Amino acid sequence: MTALLTPSQTAGPYLAIGLPWPDGPFVVAEGTPGAITITGVVWDGAGEPVHDALVETWQADPDGRFDHPGDPRGRRRPAEPSFRGFGRCLTGRDGSYRIVTLQPGPLPSPDGGTEAPHIDVSVFARGLLDRLVTRIYFPGERAANQADPVLRAVADPGRRATLIAAAQPGPPGGPGGFRFDIHLQGDQETIFFDV
Amino acid sequence: MTIGTPAASTGFALASYQRPAGVNPPLDYPAYRSTALRAPRQPLQVMRQGLTEVTGPLLGRERVIAADADLTTQHEGEPIGERIIVTGRVLDGDGRAVPDTLIEIWQANAAGRYRHGADRHPAPLDPNFTGAGRCMTDSEGRYRFVTIKPGAYPWQNHPNAWRAQHIHFSLFGRAFTQRLITQMFFPGDPLFAQDPIFNSAPEAARERMISRFRLDLTEPDWALAYEWDIVLRGRGAALFEAGEERA
Repeated sequence: MTALLTPSQTAGPYLAIGLPWPDGPFVVAEGTPGAITITGVVWDGAGEPVHDALVETWQADPDGRFDHPGDPRGRRRPAEPSFRGFGRCLTGRDGSYRIVTLQPGPLPSPDGGTEAPHIDVSVFARGLLDRLVTRIYFPGERAANQADPVLRAVADPGRRATLIAAAQPGPPGGPGGFRFDIHLQGDQETIFFDV
Repeated sequence: MTIGTPAASTGFALASYQRPAGVNPPLDYPAYRSTALRAPRQPLQVMRQGLTEVTGPLLGRERVIAADADLTTQHEGEPIGERIIVTGRVLDGDGRAVPDTLIEIWQANAAGRYRHGADRHPAPLDPNFTGAGRCMTDSEGRYRFVTIKPGAYPWQNHPNAWRAQHIHFSLFGRAFTQRLITQMFFPGDPLFAQDPIFNSAPEAARERMISRFRLDLTEPDWALAYEWDIVLRGRGAALFEAGEERA
């Protein structure tokens, strides 16, 4: 028994009425030891910030596990009880978003290899008739990134770099963070996935 | 199925979610002008689904109360407009119900105006209507909202452009790959023919976005009813998660 899929439509300019959550950006409670902040700006093809987008994230926990039955290793609750795996942030007037999370662990890949730590990202906005999917990888995981099957599948090494966040120093004495801009078009167009 | 540490992995089978052709609109669709500076110009990079893609957030129960599904009772007074029930099932492409999944909706009021600072349409706001609702599907994938029929409204896409009446729907399903944001339309809308957003979907798939009027689901002397089933991506017949029943 199969059913015909419902098409995607744009979230439009008024998604802020229905989608933001007050705790949306907090994949893990703020102040959790080891928490990292990922910030970035969504840019359009004219180099203008996209101020009406929704950025969502989904990721494994620091042990590389999911509290989900779709993981054939079995579902497992995260060691940090406040860890939700999911984040959601509207972009501001300046096109920026912010997610507070824990760095995910590496994952076994169905092909027998290992996926480097990564965060899956969805972007919704006016002008996007379907969501865009990309991934955030981490700059400190050089060897793991080189072995990652998804990064390896990208033919152009220049474009591969669009998937790797930049380390960003934190406030004096505070934890550092990462910067991950999303370019919808242009010379630095981010890699988006058909998945 | 046993999988060791990542380094020792020898591979494993994973049921991936299928993405049949002919369902979604193209990202590059010039008739909808906002795509011009936002649709990526490079081809999408094909990715094989891994653990991050076949899992997803199973949340919502803790952030939804029953009253969130009634958009007509969120304020002191009642909103102006035609009271309607919007109900249906969430299924996957294999025909299986998607239970316990969060649905979020938002819409214009009966005059075709959104409660949003960027909406400049000179139609009245309704102090008794916010236009946002949420609910969880039940064990059979059913959902039900009570709301006001949204009005049509003009927009600047082309001369004398009007959006067909619609309600925005956001769904999670059970996996990252099932995530969907779409719009529900109403049967017989005379604005379909000139609405490029509606027409961006492949012709054969457009009617799947149109709800059906259901007299038998109305509440007599109270509200009309529209039924709309939403179908998220399925996994084909290949593999199912441990402990799951095949429908």
